[in-house]
This record gives sequence, C-alpha cells and structure tokens, in this order.
Amino acid sequence: MLQPYASPVERVWYYSLRVLCGLIIVFLVVPILVIVPLSFNADSILMYPMSGFSWRWYHEFFGSVTWTNALKNSLIISPLATLVAVVLGTLASIGLVRVNFPGKALLISVLISPMVVPVVIAGVAVYLFFAPLGLSGSYLGLILAHAMLGVPFVITTMTATLQQFDYNLVRASASLGADPIKTFFKVTLPLVAPGVISGALFAFATSFDEVVVTLFLASPEQRTLPRQMFSGIRENISPTIAAAATVLVAVATLLLLVLELVRRRSERLRGAPTPIAKSVRRSFLKKRIEA
Amino acid sequence: MATLRQHLLGMTALVGTGLAFAAPAQADLTVISFGGAVQQAQIKAYYEPFTAATGIKIIPGEYNGEQAKIKAMVDTKNVTWDVVEVETAELLRGCEEGLYEPLDFAKIGDKKDFLASAVTECGIGTFVWATILAYNADKLTTPPTSWADFWDVKKFPGKRSLRKGAKFTLEIALLADGVKPAEVYKVLATKEGVDRAFAKLDQIKGDIQWWQAGAQPPQMLASGDVIMSSAYNGRIATAQKEGRNLQIVWNGSVYDADHWTIPKGTPNAAEAYKFIQFASLPKTQGAYSQQIAYGPVNLKAIDGLDAKIAANLPTAPKNLENALANNGQFWVEYGEELEQRFNAWAAK
Amino acid sequence: MTALDDTQATAPGSVPLRVQLRRAERITKLKYLGLIAPLAIFLAVTFLWPIGALLWHSVDNPEVVEALPETTKLLRSWDRKALPDEAVFAAFARDLAAAHGNPALAGAAKRLNMERSGFRSQLMNTGRKLRVEAGQSAKAAVLAADARWGEVSSWQALARNSTPFTAFYLLAALDHKIADDGSIVHADPDQTIYVEILLRTLWMSVIVTLISLALAYPLAYLLATIPSKSSNLLMIMVLLPFWTSVLVRVAAWIVLLQNEGPINRALVGLGIVDEPLQLVFNRLGVYIAMVHILLPFAVLPLYSVMKGISPSYVRAAVSLGSPPFRSFWKIYFPLTLPGIGAGGLLVFILSMGYYITPALLGSPREQMASYFVAFYVNETTNWGMAAALSTILLAATLVLYIIYSRYFGPARVNQVAPR
Repeated sequence: MLQPYASPVERVWYYSLRVLCGLIIVFLVVPILVIVPLSFNADSILMYPMSGFSWRWYHEFFGSVTWTNALKNSLIISPLATLVAVVLGTLASIGLVRVNFPGKALLISVLISPMVVPVVIAGVAVYLFFAPLGLSGSYLGLILAHAMLGVPFVITTMTATLQQFDYNLVRASASLGADPIKTFFKVTLPLVAPGVISGALFAFATSFDEVVVTLFLASPEQRTLPRQMFSGIRENISPTIAAAATVLVAVATLLLLVLELVRRRSERLRGAPTPIAKSVRRSFLKKRIEA
Repeated sequence: MATLRQHLLGMTALVGTGLAFAAPAQADLTVISFGGAVQQAQIKAYYEPFTAATGIKIIPGEYNGEQAKIKAMVDTKNVTWDVVEVETAELLRGCEEGLYEPLDFAKIGDKKDFLASAVTECGIGTFVWATILAYNADKLTTPPTSWADFWDVKKFPGKRSLRKGAKFTLEIALLADGVKPAEVYKVLATKEGVDRAFAKLDQIKGDIQWWQAGAQPPQMLASGDVIMSSAYNGRIATAQKEGRNLQIVWNGSVYDADHWTIPKGTPNAAEAYKFIQFASLPKTQGAYSQQIAYGPVNLKAIDGLDAKIAANLPTAPKNLENALANNGQFWVEYGEELEQRFNAWAAK
Repeated sequence: MTALDDTQATAPGSVPLRVQLRRAERITKLKYLGLIAPLAIFLAVTFLWPIGALLWHSVDNPEVVEALPETTKLLRSWDRKALPDEAVFAAFARDLAAAHGNPALAGAAKRLNMERSGFRSQLMNTGRKLRVEAGQSAKAAVLAADARWGEVSSWQALARNSTPFTAFYLLAALDHKIADDGSIVHADPDQTIYVEILLRTLWMSVIVTLISLALAYPLAYLLATIPSKSSNLLMIMVLLPFWTSVLVRVAAWIVLLQNEGPINRALVGLGIVDEPLQLVFNRLGVYIAMVHILLPFAVLPLYSVMKGISPSYVRAAVSLGSPPFRSFWKIYFPLTLPGIGAGGLLVFILSMGYYITPALLGSPREQMASYFVAFYVNETTNWGMAAALSTILLAATLVLYIIYSRYFGPARVNQVAPR
C-alpha cells in the first residue's frame, strides 16, 4: 500500500511498477482474449475486424470427423495416461518420502528428468524403441509415452504433499486398531488427496497439450486435438482452429478452477491459509511445456 | 481388503480398455495422401464411393512426402499405413530399398490402359500435377510471365514463396537463370550446376518465405503475405473456384505424377489392391479431375475429359509447351545430399 | 505394523531387541523400495532405455558390414594406400552377387553416399551390371562395371565403414569428417551448419531467458508484496496462459502479429509506420512467443523466493538512512538471487529443447537443434545424424540440469526433512 507520507520518488516507483506489471499481464493474457472471439466470427478468414457473430466454426468443428475424432482421441488418451502416471507416481512418492538410501537424490533427478530432456529427443527415442514392439501407431504406445511425460509432475507435487503429511496420524489410526488398508483410505488418502489431484491435473494437462511425441508416435487414427491443431496451423489456418483453441482454453480454465478448489479445500483441512502460489511453490517445476 | 481388490479390478478393466484400443479394427484401410484440397478431392472421388461400393471404411491421413515413417514401419514390421500416395523419386528409391510391395498388375488393370510413366514396379500413377508460378492478381498489376520475373525484386517488390526443399526449388532456380528445360538435369548433375542453383537462390534468399504444405501458397497469396509463389496447380485452381483472384503461369512448370503404393507388409494388402484398382478406373479418375485440376493417368479417363477441364490440367498441350518433366531417377540419385545441403543452406 | 510386533520382542531367549528392530526396519525399507520399483521400471522401459538406444544409433554403423560381409572383413586389414588386391575384388563380387535385389544393398548405398556423392549409383549400378566371366579376373569385371572402382578413394570409403561402429555422425554433428587419409578435418563449407545451430540454440535461449527474467522480476515482486486478495487474481492471470495449450498461444500470436493483424493495423493506423512490419515468421515472432510461454516458469520460482523475504529487512535499511533504491539493490536483490538462478536456469533448459514454436513461427533461420533432429528423422531417414545431434543437445541439457538439481532442484527441495 502506498503510504500517505510517501516521498515523490516512492510515488513514481509505486505507479511505474504497477503500470509495468499491467503491461506484462496484458502481454500474458491478450493472446487468449484475441483467439476466443475469432471463433465466433462469421467471416472465413482468421483475421480482425470481425464481420458478425456466428456458430459456424463450432458446427464445422463438431461436424467434422477429423476434429471430433481428434477430440475423442484426446479424451481417451489423456485420462488413461494420467491414471498410469498418478498410480505409479503416487506409490513411488510414498516410498521416496518414507525411506532414505544412498543415491536417492540421483534417483529423484532421474525420475524427474523426462521433464527437462528436450521433447524431440524423448519423442524420437520412444518412437524408435516402440516401433519394433508394435507400439507405434497404437493407443497403448501413446498412453505409455504420455504417462512417462506426466510422471515428473506427479512426483514433484506428491513428494511435496507427503512431506507436509503428519505420519503420526497413521500411527494413531493403527494404534486405534485400523488395518493399514483402512488407514490408507480413511486417513491418508483424504489428507493427501489435494496432492494427488493436482499431480493428476498437471499430468492431464501435459498429455492434453502434447504434440511432439504424438507427432512421431501417432498414426492418423490416434491423432489428438493438439496434433490436429499443429497440422491446422501449418497447413490450413481457418477459424475452425479458433474454435478448437476455444475448446482448449475452456479445458484449461476448468483445470485451473479445479486446482483452485482443491487448494481451498486443502487449506480448510489444514486450517492454515496458504496463498495460491504456495502449492505452486511446492510443486516447483510445474507443468512441462513443450514447444 | 475387498476395497483394494475392487480397485485393482477396476484398474485392470481400464487398462484392458486401453489395450482394446491398441488393436486396430479389422478391414479399415488407412490411406495416406498429401492432404488439403488433394485429400478433399480424393475423399469425394475415391474414398466415399469406395466405401459405398465395398463397405470398407477408409481412414484418411496426410503427410508431406516424408519417407521416414514408412521406413520405420517396414523395418519394424509394424505397418499401419495401407496405401500411400508418393512422388516419383520417393517411389523409385523406396522400391529399391524394399519399402513398397512390388505390384501385381493383374489385380489392378491392364498396363496398356495407363500412361507409360505411370506404370512402375512398385507403384501405379494416380494423377499428374505440376509445380507452377502463381500470383495474386489483385496485388500485382503487371503479371509475371516466367521464373526470371519471380527473381526480379525490383520490378516485383515484396515477399515470395517457394517450397522448402531442394526438389523443384533447384530446378526452378536454374530455369530462372536461363537454363533450358531440357538441360536442367544435365546441369544439376554437376557440382557447378548445383552451386549455380544455390547462388541463384542466394539472390532472393531474404525475400523468400518458405512453404511446406500444399495448402499454404494459396493462403499466403490470398492474405497478401507474399506476392507470388511456387504452388501445386490444383490448389490454385481450387482457390480460383472459391473466388480468389489467383493466377497461374504455366511457362516453366515442373510436372510429375503421384503414385499409389502399398507399404511392404501391410496386413490389409487385399483391401489395398481393391482400393487401388477402384481408384484407377476411368470413371473414378475422371471424377477426381472434376474435383481438382490434376490430370488422370488412365488413358480412357483422359479421353473422356470435358474440354474445359482438360485445358486447365498440367497435361494440356498448351501448358506443356515450356514445361519440365521431373526426373525421378535424378532425385533418387542426388536427393539425399541435395536435401541435406539445401536444409543447411536455408538455415544459415 | 512394526510398532505392534515389538511387544513380543521382550520374550526371554529371543533375538535381542536391537537386532529385531533393525530387521523390522529393513523390511519396512524394502517395502517402501518396493513402492518405488514399479515407477523406476516403468521409466526405465519407456524413457531411459529408449534414450540409451537412441544414443547408440549415433555410433551404430551396420549397413555396409551387413551388405558386404566378406569385403569388409578383408578391408579391415587392408593398408588403405594402394588399390586392394584381387582377393578383395573377388570377395566384393561374391558379396554383390549375394546382395543383388536385397534391400540391404540399397541401405549400404545410402550410407556410402553420405561419404561421397555419387556412391549410391556406383554401388547400385555395379550390383546390377557385374558379371564375372569364367577366366576373367574379378578386378577386371568390377572395373568394367564401373571405372570408379579403380580409384583408391572408393575403397577408402568402404574401408571406413568396414567396422560396425563409426564416429562419422558425431563428427558430422560437430562439422567435421574423416578425410581419405584417415585424418579428422573440417567438413565442406556447404555442409557445415551444426556448430552454428548449436550456438544459435544457446544464444536464442540466453535472449529468451534474459527477457523472461526482466519481465518476471517486477511481476513477481508485485505479486509478493501486494495483499493476497489482489495477488490471487493476478496469479490467476499468470496461470491461465500457463495452463492453456501451447498451440492455442502460437495460433493467437500468428493472428496478432501477421501483416494484416491488429498490431500492424494499429501501427499503420496511428501513422507510426507506413507499411506493415514483419513481426512473425522471423526471429522476433519466435522470441515473443517463447517468452510468452516461458514467462510463468520464471515468475513462479521468483515469486516463491520473494514471498519468503521479510519486508522488515528493507524497512530496517531504509530506517537506518539508506536510500530506498540502494536498500533494494543491496538488501533485497541479493536475497532474490536463488529465485533468479532457479527461474533462469529452468527457462534456459526448456528453451534449449524448443521445437514447436520455432517450427510454426520462425523461418529456417530460427530453427534450433531440435528441428534438425526432427528433420533427419522425418525427412531424410538418417537416424545416425538424428542420434548424434540428440547426443550433443542432450549432453548440453544434462550439464545444465545437473547444475539445476544440485542448487535449486526438486531433489534438494524434496530431501526428507526429519519431523
């Protein structure tokens, strides 16, 4: 807050910081604000000014086999990849947090490395390796590869969450006679659920936004939404792209909202308010952006 | 314990669903072509009638002619593409390298019914197309008439566009440099000739915006991003039909045939033959040429063409006057090194 | 659980409690390791092994040995100076006869053509034409099929590929090659590009990192210092683009930056420029989009560091008479260095691997190392070159990643803290 007794220098500093940050925020948000309205444009060129309102491009999007197939593929692949990543990642995180052994830091670095290895390298490697196994051009291959890319996010969010977890609660539950399974579902899971959910969201977003590995691995049958957008941008920039983009923005907003709800819920459970970015800080390296 | 078991069961079921998706449904035919307007025309002229006639569903896919995926599929014996449209050089090289099934013409038709250049060991031609010079007549008041004009940045200031790749681009550079069509491949087979082509390209390197997919030139021309471009003639003709004022310069066009091939080891070879046979009939080929301005290779289809359509095809005598036939064998021989050099040159 | 088992440990005559406890601990430890194992195995199979196999391709050289087994065996002991003797020619003729019509020969021809232009036709034509008549020497027959076999350099190229491993690709990826006399020399100028590409990759990553940090710093500062109600909203504005697909953002930037796009229209309309500026499909467009995508990666670590800095430090300095700017620079800024390091390194590492953004928004001159990996895989099917370039890019990335995880990384953050 600007104090009433602030000096002129402080005033200039105060306002220029805010103006600068305003501009940066505009820079961050404007692309999304620009593309969404264009999807309702009546004109057939992806360009401003808009000539009128129309649902035409959504009809085109949902009426085209290519686009609906791509959407369907994304909705098959991403949830399954998320499931694999979350199950394997959560189990491993429990182990990693509870036990110390030599080389553990190295192991964690290795488990997280799919996030930093250039995606093209991961894509080519997986492609050359999966092809002889009959996994290239198959849903299973894509699901496994996407799960591999999602694992680091589950690991980072889960280990962070589990470190906050008070293990005495498990002991208390055991001493009161609950078996380990019951303890897990009644005590552990509710408390670590926010971590699981945010890890899952990150893994989902990673898969849902994945192009490069898909580029190498998928045959036309398995084309995902981002993969179809890649062709679209390169080959045929039509407003259908804007409609597809709007669908993706809607998904992103939904994910962000769920994450926010999860954060609020975990705040309530813990009884301590955490600023929004605290969970962000814990997960540290966030969603992998491949581009 | 029961809860855990249920969870495990649920998970197994889910993974099982995933596995089920991994196995492609029987008898669907994956047909890969060059996408965009070509694919639209193929869907109308070939895919939809074929599915209607045989009940075999076609999954259309597109690519830009890269052979790597096919090689990986064949090498690893995991072939998921059943029929592929390829350009001549890739066809010949792929045949040598064992990527494509040698064709049994008994299952396709009489060899005599087709243009001689359309019949090769591993492929059957499907249409004749040309790379031409196209321009936006709304933006250019004086029309360019040759590739030399394409290089004239004083007379025609502004960006221009060429296909990102050595094939056709080097030929065009030599044509612009005054080499006669008949001499182009002779010159290009020498180190000096290649240097000459690259030196010519150097003159306008800063003014070139490269395209990769056939759908790009008409868009870039229409939006005014470039004033002229090399392009596939059929794409420009399609854009004309959609009301864009784009024009074609046939002088110095480079024409080639595209071919249907069957990647070696596809499990759906029988259906693939059925499709190729169907797509090589005079009737379907004629229908294709009505959809997009590419010439048929079935002689009976050529005879049956409407005169108005025929005049816009690369094979019309008027359009062939100063045209260059792509030399597939040359590109089999020099393609890899020239593409590599081109890529290094473009990136500098 | 183990705590319950301990009650029996006091029974007389049993193993001492200490030993029992240790054993129980070991079992627990094994259980937890058992939880890590599935993921470790999963990643080994879907990630580590494939990457290892890819790196292997950068030295793997099977084509010529497979197609010409006898010839290459003999050539390994050839002095590589004068033309090889009749025995080699005879072996060569036998190999060619055996390989005729076999795709392996085309593979070898493709490989040898990388060594010397024209080798493909030399080998393929010889394979087609070669007939050794009775009583004719193999050498005469081979030379009759193609006179180029009379040049020592043809055989030197074959000899360089007579072993199943090669340094060819790795050297080529560093703009070098092995000359006919066996020495390592610079590649031809029209083929040299990769050192430049590697430097370009580093340079573009540096620029993107610096711009991202410069923009992230004030934004993170504001986020960390304003009340949490307003900061929550601001954070959502940072996170929304972060969660939005990269392709959506690339498409949006094309719309915004194109010749007839809103930015150019505004510039022309306001009379700032006469003609639309080229803002996209060049370096500028790539920088804009990359910074846009990577900015949140710089904001978040900076923010989390700044949030931990107590405002009282700077206040104390100011109250002790230090001017505000000096206090900021001497007190606050040094405390944020870990955030700058973490955010900067993260942005840098991610930039190095960029492919989609330059591919869609740049010209060939903006393409980075990843593009060339994809080029060799997709367009010329040259897995050796793709692997060699991957090896170099991966090595550069790993060095940075090691620095990162050593000083800022999750491995450090996630060390088990005794509670």
